[in-house]
Amino acid sequence: MKGEMKELKLTVNGKPYELEVKAETLLVDLLRQELKLTGAKVGCLDSACGACTVNIDGKAVRSCSVLALQANGREVTTIEGVADGDKLHPIQQAMIDHGAIECGFCTPGMVMSAKALLDENPNPTREEVKEAIQGNLCADEGYVKYIESIEIAAREMRGGQ
Amino acid sequence: MIAAFEYFAPKTVREALSLLAKYKEEAKMIAGGQSILVVMKQRLLTPEYLIDIKGITDLDYIKYDEGKGLRIGALTIHRAIEKSPVIQKHFGVLSEMEGNLATIQTRNWGTIGGNICHGDPAGDPASVLIALKAKLKLASSAGERIVEAEEFSKDYLEVALEPNEMLTEIQVPTPPAHTGTAYEKLMVMKGDMGIIGAAVSITLDSKGGCGDARIALSNAASVPLRAKKAEKVLIGKTINNGLLTKAGEVASTEATPPADVHGSIEYRREMAKVFVKRAAQLALERAKAA
Repeated sequence: MKGEMKELKLTVNGKPYELEVKAETLLVDLLRQELKLTGAKVGCLDSACGACTVNIDGKAVRSCSVLALQANGREVTTIEGVADGDKLHPIQQAMIDHGAIECGFCTPGMVMSAKALLDENPNPTREEVKEAIQGNLCADEGYVKYIESIEIAAREMRGGQ
Repeated sequence: MIAAFEYFAPKTVREALSLLAKYKEEAKMIAGGQSILVVMKQRLLTPEYLIDIKGITDLDYIKYDEGKGLRIGALTIHRAIEKSPVIQKHFGVLSEMEGNLATIQTRNWGTIGGNICHGDPAGDPASVLIALKAKLKLASSAGERIVEAEEFSKDYLEVALEPNEMLTEIQVPTPPAHTGTAYEKLMVMKGDMGIIGAAVSITLDSKGGCGDARIALSNAASVPLRAKKAEKVLIGKTINNGLLTKAGEVASTEATPPADVHGSIEYRREMAKVFVKRAAQLALERAKAA
């Protein structure tokens, strides 16, 4: 029936959830409003800015452009699930140390795009780094420091190689 | 924001088709949703029933056989096509096209079938598939039929699917020897919807002349546009620079492009000349090397 609640089972940041959602709920709204994970930002809500980027089964996707029900049975990682307790992920640490973060609105999306890249490709070329964050707009035009930070993090994650 | 709908998530093609047969015009299918969710958010589309086929794993495949050619399941994501070694080797133009289609996030979730069925004449896959003489397999509860990629688009956002039909497979024949294909589009930023796009396929005959040519344009009409007059400029001739320029000029006269914030009609016509020539030049080089 239209408007009825549908069952949704998914894993978010390693934690299993069994929820009921309206079919028209977007993944980003489920994360932000139901699960109170407000790290993924709503910029354009139109698949243009990338601020809502999360990882689904390890791949970067835009959570404003996926129905929550489409994540059924899948593993979602948001910016809240990236750090290891109090220890920041090397990508986060590199962005802080290297001064990549300006207003910070696009940062969660940048981290999630970078994480999907480095988990798959530990030693990317600069072109591959640029391509990975091509869909993440930064209103401060801080792209160069983001690119450099991701390269620094990649080296760190490879054990300094 | 999105109007309420009743949601189904069939796990098989059969199940999906029986839902379509039941709800027909009142139902819409969603695959990756990278196009349909945009129009649903704008409430340009408010289906009563939404059939989510993203989970039908049977339609997620890439198969290649030299004789039969390439078979791509309709629910294969763009990124898989971009990165497929067999596509990169035998149908490089498809991989290149996908590499410039939107962003990685979109390619990671959006499917080639969803893109084609959305019927946006600015989309990239349709033009390239027309240049490659691809066919589309459509299924309904009553059976299957095959249509030429070229015949699939009917008008802006309208395709040749009956209300009880879905696209299940894209079939790309192995091109004849000495064939080269290329796709070039005008982007402000990499991954943009092309302001204009041109797909050109050229087959050289044994004497090095143009035995066959296919030219298709994106964002140049209300459907992906096959520029048949421009093809005739090349077919049967020995291609030189002047002829490539002529093909672009003729293709430009066949175009009836839209005007929008990205470009006027006049600008798109001018760029159609440039991009048809550019794609044809690259296709020719590839045909010579093939």
